[in-house]
Amino acid sequence: MASLATIFGSGAMTNTIREIEGMEVIFIIGSNTKETHPVIANRMLKAVKKGAKIIIADPRKVPLVRFSEIFLRLNPGTDVALINGIAHVILKEGLNNREFVIARTDGFDKWKESIESFTPENASKITGVPKEDIIKAALLYGGSRKAGIFYTMGITQHTHGTDNVNAIANLALLTGNIGKEHTGINPLRGQNNVQGACDAGCLPNVYPGYQRIDMPMVKKKFEEAWHASLSDKEGLKSTEMIGSAYEEKLKALYIMGENPMLTDPNIEHTRKALGKLDFLVVQDIFLTETAALADVVLPATCFAEKTGTFINTERKVQLVRKAVDPPGDAKEDMWIISELSGRMGHDMKYSSAEEVFEELGRLWPALSGISYNRIRNHGIHWPCPTKDHPGTEYLYKAGFPRGRVSFTPVKYIPAAEPADKDYPFVLTTGRNLFQYHSGSMTRRVAQIEAHAGEPYVEINAEDARKLGVKPDEKIKVSSRRGQVEIKARITDSVSEGTVFIPMHYKEAAANVITSDALDPYAKTPEFKVCAVRIEKTA
Amino acid sequence: MLKLTIDGKTTEVPEGTTVLEAARMLNIQIPTLCHHPKLTPFGGCRMCIVEVKGVPRPLTSCTTPVSEGMEVTTSSPEIEDLRRTVLELILSDHPNDCMICEKAGDCTLQELAYFYGIKENRFAGERRVYEKRDGNPFIERDMEKCILCGRCVKVCDEVQGVEAIDFTYRGFKSKICPPFEKDLKCEFCGQCVAVCPTGALTGRMWALRGRQKDIKEVDTTCAYCGTGCNITLHVRANEVIRVTSKEDKWNEGWLCVKGRFGYTFINSPDRLTKPMIRIAPKLSANSYQLTANLFKEVSWDEALDYTAQRLKEIKGKHGPDAIAGLSSARCTTEENYLFQKFVRAGLGTNNIDHCARL
Repeated sequence: MASLATIFGSGAMTNTIREIEGMEVIFIIGSNTKETHPVIANRMLKAVKKGAKIIIADPRKVPLVRFSEIFLRLNPGTDVALINGIAHVILKEGLNNREFVIARTDGFDKWKESIESFTPENASKITGVPKEDIIKAALLYGGSRKAGIFYTMGITQHTHGTDNVNAIANLALLTGNIGKEHTGINPLRGQNNVQGACDAGCLPNVYPGYQRIDMPMVKKKFEEAWHASLSDKEGLKSTEMIGSAYEEKLKALYIMGENPMLTDPNIEHTRKALGKLDFLVVQDIFLTETAALADVVLPATCFAEKTGTFINTERKVQLVRKAVDPPGDAKEDMWIISELSGRMGHDMKYSSAEEVFEELGRLWPALSGISYNRIRNHGIHWPCPTKDHPGTEYLYKAGFPRGRVSFTPVKYIPAAEPADKDYPFVLTTGRNLFQYHSGSMTRRVAQIEAHAGEPYVEINAEDARKLGVKPDEKIKVSSRRGQVEIKARITDSVSEGTVFIPMHYKEAAANVITSDALDPYAKTPEFKVCAVRIEKTA
Repeated sequence: MLKLTIDGKTTEVPEGTTVLEAARMLNIQIPTLCHHPKLTPFGGCRMCIVEVKGVPRPLTSCTTPVSEGMEVTTSSPEIEDLRRTVLELILSDHPNDCMICEKAGDCTLQELAYFYGIKENRFAGERRVYEKRDGNPFIERDMEKCILCGRCVKVCDEVQGVEAIDFTYRGFKSKICPPFEKDLKCEFCGQCVAVCPTGALTGRMWALRGRQKDIKEVDTTCAYCGTGCNITLHVRANEVIRVTSKEDKWNEGWLCVKGRFGYTFINSPDRLTKPMIRIAPKLSANSYQLTANLFKEVSWDEALDYTAQRLKEIKGKHGPDAIAGLSSARCTTEENYLFQKFVRAGLGTNNIDHCARL
């Protein structure tokens, strides 16, 4: 998301979910939409009924492939080569949008040189995708001016995740498929309020509304608003916090509603790091694996027990309403934070969540026009600067915030840990339809547990045959960092040489194995590629 | 645009509009059972029949497109007689167990039987009997209550793209079931449950938790993925007992298995209810073990005072950058705003992030 923001000025979806219905081409790369965003997939199916064509690029044969026109089954971690290959064909076939490139972009010639070597043949060699399919996809995407790109962690969770996003942005710029209705770049956000957490400033380099901490005017504005003197120094990203704790530089960590013990790469490392902290506070609704390590545990409330807003993946601010009282002495997170802040000498007095939202709106014009009253029935998409503004469905209608946007030459760099002799399989991790993230919620829903409560590794039928692995047999999957014993699910949804483990299950946590190699810019871990070995347990 | 008259009221509608849609635009009620505005018309139940001038027999309004100058009558003694007969036929093969049916009070069939005042049934006789074969934890199929309207079949195909169920057999033996009459094996989105007009399909976890009486409905936003579907929590005695979604919301009433059935964590006995302070020795890095005796329960004052005191000590000794806050994409925007404000203004560091990368 950070890289998209660097290019365009905002890291959010440029279209709305409604607009999917009017798209001619839907290019899904690195997103298992039918399982991770099922209701968005419904909208895609609606588009297909109206004649839209779906292109899917994914190492796994994800459920939506059944509805796709073209399925590009690429080797894990080769997205840049695939996207550059597609761009190469678009350019050679003259499907590029010359007017758009001239009017609204920079750096085209230099970028053009950078993709010379990505002929369909070369791209095919790297990605394992037949060159005919690369050409077909290029003709389809490049031939449409109502084409949307959709991606999720399959693009970002790589050591070259930023490069992947840049390559996607280049493709949209080349065809001018951005800044209009029904066409754009759409990172689908995984969690209910990732957008809101980013918007509210829970990022180490920006204040609320992506206002940079290193700009003196901005800092002054927030110091005045908050009656406090603020730090100039850019903070640590979540993955860096763990590293810093491990090095004993970070001494205290206050975690609200996160479970890094399951969601961060290389669990053993995370455990050691959290163990080295002088003081760990965890505020959560359950005693998670992380909370069990804490010095203080603060019982908080879930979404049904409080009022506020969630901002969804399409920048839509929607109301969350309190329906029930919290159990026991559990308290609303807002109350806990305010109480703690007061005790630390910084008073926070708010009578309601609405008052907090209004304060945020005063500090960030994109939300200024939104009030709880306006969104009581239907949400509004930011930016919405004034009380009579209807909100903004697609971004960049009137141009990019920074004027012209640059093409970014992107080289293909292989994943940090390719398969080798000792660890001959590539592990890719992800989610399934039934469970959610670290499972602290869904694994406590008896019905979901009954149906999808067991960890598994997906392995190709041919690999299983060679290894003599039977369906449901427990096998050992190990990497240089750790190992799990886990039931084999034999399937053609992964190709030979690749295995897949969903991240949700603590008893065979994928992140015991995963690599903590990070993207150098976004500091996102490479969950989608690491080398593993498969062995029979008996 | 095409002009037509319905029950003496004249209106203009775009080409392709059905008579039923035109009537609804005029606020004229025509009873339906199989029709669903988000699904393709079926014309199966025959409840929506109307008289069209010049046509010798009644037409199903849900499948009849408007033509220029059409004159429609939606209610007449003959039409109502036919509708009543249709209802009687359906009810002759329907369990009379509304008093224990999950759907009572929100059942289209029950409502129509009420308005048509059907108490006795001329057609009482042979009944279909079904053997229950479901073991799935999500969807209860009470097929004796199925009126074969086909909404579930259509929604599964047209909206969800799964095609888990279809009609089988013919005539009196007709039924809707998965291939080879096995248990459901699908995405369990529950779209079929949402569109079922009777008690044939219900959420298994809803059973005996409450129906319509004493229920408070609260419109809110789903807390799972970033799609942000609009949901309605049905609350009884401070407990969420059911989740539904309204058709007029942006997600058109569609949900996924997590959104529709994944709510019971709210009342999980595992919920944290008291602030706690660690009593077990600080875990050495390698001896992580989850035991019951890690913490003692304390008051909020004690927990917060202790936390503030420790944070102050650490800040004093190592500076503000030795402290970090990890916020949550699960929490509200307002909580996230306050959390980062606390970290920045209260603690004095920009060490603030959340899980966007994971």
